[in-house]
Amino acid sequence: MLPFRGFIKGVMVRLLIRRLLWAIPVVLGVLTLVFFLIHLIPGDPIDLMLGEQAAQADREALRKALHLDDPIPAQYGRFLSGMLRGDLGRSLRTGRPVSEMIAARYPATLQLAFSALLISLLIAVPIGIYSAVRPNTPADSGALFLSLLGVSIPNFWLGPLLILLFSIKLDWLPVSGRGGPAALILPALTLGIGMSALLIRMTRSSLLEVVRKDYVLAARAKGLPERAVILKHAFPNALIPLFTVVGLQFGALLTGSIITETIFSWPGLGRLTLQAIQSRDYPLVQGCILAISLTYLFANLLVDLLYAAADPRVRLLEE
Amino acid sequence: MWIGLFFLGLFILIAFLGPSLSPFDPFEQNLKEGLAPPSPQHWLGQDKLGRDILSRILSGARISLWVGVMTVSISLSIGVVVGATAGLFGGWADEVLMRLVDVFLAFPGILLAIAFAAVLGPSLRNVILALSLMGWVGYARLVRGQILVAREEEYVTAARALGAGSFRLIRRHLLPNILAPVIVEATFGMAGAIVTEASLSFLGLGVQPPTPSWGAMLSDGRSFLLLAPHLTTFPGLAILFVVMTLNLLGDRLRDRLDVKSHTQLK
Repeated sequence: MLPFRGFIKGVMVRLLIRRLLWAIPVVLGVLTLVFFLIHLIPGDPIDLMLGEQAAQADREALRKALHLDDPIPAQYGRFLSGMLRGDLGRSLRTGRPVSEMIAARYPATLQLAFSALLISLLIAVPIGIYSAVRPNTPADSGALFLSLLGVSIPNFWLGPLLILLFSIKLDWLPVSGRGGPAALILPALTLGIGMSALLIRMTRSSLLEVVRKDYVLAARAKGLPERAVILKHAFPNALIPLFTVVGLQFGALLTGSIITETIFSWPGLGRLTLQAIQSRDYPLVQGCILAISLTYLFANLLVDLLYAAADPRVRLLEE
Repeated sequence: MWIGLFFLGLFILIAFLGPSLSPFDPFEQNLKEGLAPPSPQHWLGQDKLGRDILSRILSGARISLWVGVMTVSISLSIGVVVGATAGLFGGWADEVLMRLVDVFLAFPGILLAIAFAAVLGPSLRNVILALSLMGWVGYARLVRGQILVAREEEYVTAARALGAGSFRLIRRHLLPNILAPVIVEATFGMAGAIVTEASLSFLGLGVQPPTPSWGAMLSDGRSFLLLAPHLTTFPGLAILFVVMTLNLLGDRLRDRLDVKSHTQLK
């Protein structure tokens, strides 16, 4: 029998390998779906690059150079082998490597997503705890109403409202662009408020479940102050289910960034994706969608591992 | 729950009667009065082309209702077939179908809807199709999970013993008993479809002008935030009202069904 720490490490390694193996057919499916989706987009990319008035000979030469005249299975095979080498092709519009364009924009989207996540936790956790320790009171109802409002308000409305108030009327914060911490506040708030609404409910229901446990009753029976009971005993255990929700919602943050980045002219991957779709830039669209999907898959994998690391019952189930 | 049902009924009534209730033609332009604020004649003001905002919001309600109902109907139909097949038959059918679900779920949020809308082209019909192609996966997982539990029940064993085939089993015995959580999911799904349609229209990938769509109205109003904030305020409030109503109704339905299931367990 392995020593305890070695046993845990072994379980975690096996879990990681199992999840990675599961991810392979899913990633292959994502690549296939993206390839066929993009090739179904109406409109000829050659028109986009050369203009509709270009000579036929020039159009055919460019089509041949880009292998756009190959049969679809051949293009698919080239696409897959390129992916395996990390070659995402070149943008039809700018000629730059797609991987370079994505790498230039990716940090801005990650910065926005993580800032939104931080804001949502800072808003949701205190309100969720406050609501859970005062169940069925006006404070609890107020928190639930705020949660309902947050989940229902569309971010493409919230963003302009925040701009109107904080940038135009009060002139406290910049309207758009990326430059300094002040420019991050409104986009992160726009993106984070929806997620905070979900987390308020999750924190509340998770804490309500935990405070019914025997160890919480024991803590109270020992005479501990209520604050210590909640913050030191109940809350750390209530945090674990939040991991899963945060992981699943991280994907929503990534795609919500498409709209938020458009509203605030934030130079991130979301805005690049939309521009690529609007300009029929096949390789760039493929690359952007893949980058977002793979980030989401990786985030879910990380959450699964963190969950297993934090909760021994999950490790036992996995075994 | 009754408040939610009342407001939902109000929305449906407005959507049906919208064109009759509109004080003006939602397509009629009056460029001399572009961006006019709310007034006794135009209660919610006028947009950049002088069109009455109230009339366009009332017409937009019909679009939103249509999108919500059609999207949920189509994605529910696909999801139930896929989920029921995977749940009842198991084996390779379950593996293949659930891997397909995993592939679709690997695309977060509206990314897939944006991709489909770009492929199909911007129009109301294509928005519904795009949303349905994105939305069926949630129902498939839910139905599969419910059927995996329900197929072990004694009434299913009894039905099989009496010679019920798979189709009859699903239609007469399994589906009626798993309907409740599906209805809850459909309520939230309708809210999601309305917001996503508005998002797509906001991005220019959905309903095209001059058809009134709340999302497109918001997008148009963005350029006039300081001059004419009413252009974004009222369409936004309309979306908020409908989505809150549906989310509230879904919440209450879920609470009711949870209470019922606890009672049954006792």
